Amino acid sequence: MTDQQTPSGGALPEPIVRKPRVNASFVWLIPVLAALVGLSLVINAWIKAGPTITISFQSAEGLDPGKTPVKYKNVVIGRVTSVTLSKDRSHVTAKVSLEKSAEGFATADTRFWVVRPRIGLGGVSGIDTLLSGAFIGADVGESKETRDEFTGLEEPPAVTHGAPGKTFKLHTDDLGSLDIGSPVYYRRIQVGRVVTYQLDKDGKGVSLQIFIDGPNDEFVTKSTRFWNASGVDVSIGADGVKLDTQSLATVLAGGVAFGSPMGPHDETPADQGAEYRLFGDQATAMAPPDGEPKYIRMRFDQSLRGLKVDAPVEFLGIPFGRVVSINLDFDEKTQTFPVVVGAVVYPQRLGRAHDKLVALARERGDDAQLSQMMGKLIEHGLRAQARSGNLLTGQLYIALDFVPKAPKVAYDPAQKPLEIPTVPGSFDRLQEQLAEIVDKIQKIPFDSIGKNVDATLAELNRTLKQVNGDVLPEFKNTLQGAQQTLGNANNALSADSPLQQNLGGTMQELQRTARSLRVLTDYLGSHPDALLRGRRADAPPPRAEPPAATQEGSKP
Amino acid sequence: MSADLPRADELGLIGCHVCGLVCRDTGAEHAHCPRCHSSLHRRKTASYSRTWALLIAAFIFYIPANVLPIMRTASVGDIDDNTILSGVIELWVKGSPDLAVIVFTASIMVPVLKFLALVTLLWSSHRASPWARRQRSKLYRLVELIGYWSMLDVFVVALLTALVQFGVLSLVEPLPGVVFFGLTVVLTMFASMSFDPRLIWDGRESDD
Repeated sequence: MTDQQTPSGGALPEPIVRKPRVNASFVWLIPVLAALVGLSLVINAWIKAGPTITISFQSAEGLDPGKTPVKYKNVVIGRVTSVTLSKDRSHVTAKVSLEKSAEGFATADTRFWVVRPRIGLGGVSGIDTLLSGAFIGADVGESKETRDEFTGLEEPPAVTHGAPGKTFKLHTDDLGSLDIGSPVYYRRIQVGRVVTYQLDKDGKGVSLQIFIDGPNDEFVTKSTRFWNASGVDVSIGADGVKLDTQSLATVLAGGVAFGSPMGPHDETPADQGAEYRLFGDQATAMAPPDGEPKYIRMRFDQSLRGLKVDAPVEFLGIPFGRVVSINLDFDEKTQTFPVVVGAVVYPQRLGRAHDKLVALARERGDDAQLSQMMGKLIEHGLRAQARSGNLLTGQLYIALDFVPKAPKVAYDPAQKPLEIPTVPGSFDRLQEQLAEIVDKIQKIPFDSIGKNVDATLAELNRTLKQVNGDVLPEFKNTLQGAQQTLGNANNALSADSPLQQNLGGTMQELQRTARSLRVLTDYLGSHPDALLRGRRADAPPPRAEPPAATQEGSKP
Repeated sequence: MSADLPRADELGLIGCHVCGLVCRDTGAEHAHCPRCHSSLHRRKTASYSRTWALLIAAFIFYIPANVLPIMRTASVGDIDDNTILSGVIELWVKGSPDLAVIVFTASIMVPVLKFLALVTLLWSSHRASPWARRQRSKLYRLVELIGYWSMLDVFVVALLTALVQFGVLSLVEPLPGVVFFGLTVVLTMFASMSFDPRLIWDGRESDD
């Protein structure tokens, strides 16, 4: 197309000839290579492809076909390939293709669950999935049996297989506020959680499975006690009010705590799956072991208002058991309604006393049955008594005590359940005594006494009126007269009264008379003749005359 | 164009592909240009087999290129692996149908059409079909022209990988699919290169 003219052959250059380096057929190596690469990809995919399993979930929330990974220990082991609704529309089915290396996950006891962010009272989990999206968590078991259909868990399992730690079993009467995942505390540090719970087969209790993470599981020893830490424990003691709780979360969500009792105890770590009792609170948990419970029955011929089920039964003041039933009975003979109280007692709570009693009973050749021991004690006056535990609330408790001079009762040790004779409660006796006093007081004829007193008082009133009206004015006059008299007497007797002066004069005169009389007598004594002759002429005066002699003669 | 014009082959002439020197066709094997020493051939050597081989290799690679994911985009923990087709679907669903159409054209339609075009050319030329020779020549030129434009996906992945590297926040990673896609494009380009368009005009009968 270039040149229209045909060029002459000679004018054109000749091509030079060289040996070729590459044969054209080598180009077929390229598709062969490509095929090999493609084949290797196919083989690789085929080798990598693991089993396909289906997992059913309640909802497909967060499941994204082609994206949502299946993770085990945060390693992707598979991926959700499709999510479909089940035929009955009750659940969704997720198809998951596992990797070849995760073949072992398609076994019977593998568990799958969707990891989503969960915020509960126990804490927050799966927060990372907020950003990365939900994924399916897997937990492989030990089973060898292969399976390709699974039911996904709605909640993540509390314990994964192979996690270090131990599982223990707890028995309790009711679950309380515990739930799967509730924390287990040791010295207020969370060391485990509740894994599962189920009702006992007989329906009489609940069995809980708890998991204690290693290495803290070794703190669970053979003598460890578990108790429910759900509540708030308020105790008022000599040192003030004490509030005791494990954590705020346990108050709301419940929890279990455990510890070892004070004093010497068995420190051997407990075995996997060991069974324990879950006590209601720390105090009961830490109490000495109860041993085998025994059932006793008591028949009270009195009202037991204030006695409740669970009221304590005390033996000489020691907690011995608790009341489990209160029933009314009817006695045809006496036409009364005795109250039958059933109680569970724990003889081992008596500690050393129990041991000694058992030893004694054995020595005597009795069997160590409670009934035999009780027989002896009852002979010595052991009686049950309903006593008032709290005067304010009027709550009663049952006291087993030795009552002196208790009337003898017939006791049948073979009876089942064991019946403990009773005596009226102290409070009742007090009431009786009070009633007697009241009775006696009632017998006093307050009416007639009152009437008599009334009459007497009326009489008295009249008398008093008379006294007031008649006697008192007279008396007043008399007194006035007396006063005048006394005034006169006073005047008469005063120092300057004429009577007094006359009396003084008279007395002086009398003195003088007496003196002259003495002089006369003295003169007559020495001159008796003067009686006849009369007085002689004056003799010379005497030399010395004692004045005392003159004085003596002043007496009349 | 005039139909009865003679061909260089008929005139015993041979042109150099590189320097354009016209030599006499001596009929010797492994001839080389006396000026630039590039190999001389009347028709590209083993054009059919080379083109076929490269085309088949390209087609083999085209399968993993579409099946394997080509790009991983991770933004704030949300990891997303995309194949070419899923990328197109995602673009379409997420409200960029124009972009989806572009990507679909460049990454799926063009390679497929290239395969079809080359197969058509090879097939018809091999049978020395006189059918629509001029249009086939145009088709060949078109295939040559658009060859490298099919690398769009590869460019996108390469660019994004280079640009979007914000650690946890956002991350783009190339995945093996893009390598196979690149290989497919390169191999189709080689295939179209190794096809000698003069074969279109070689016929047992004279030109139409």
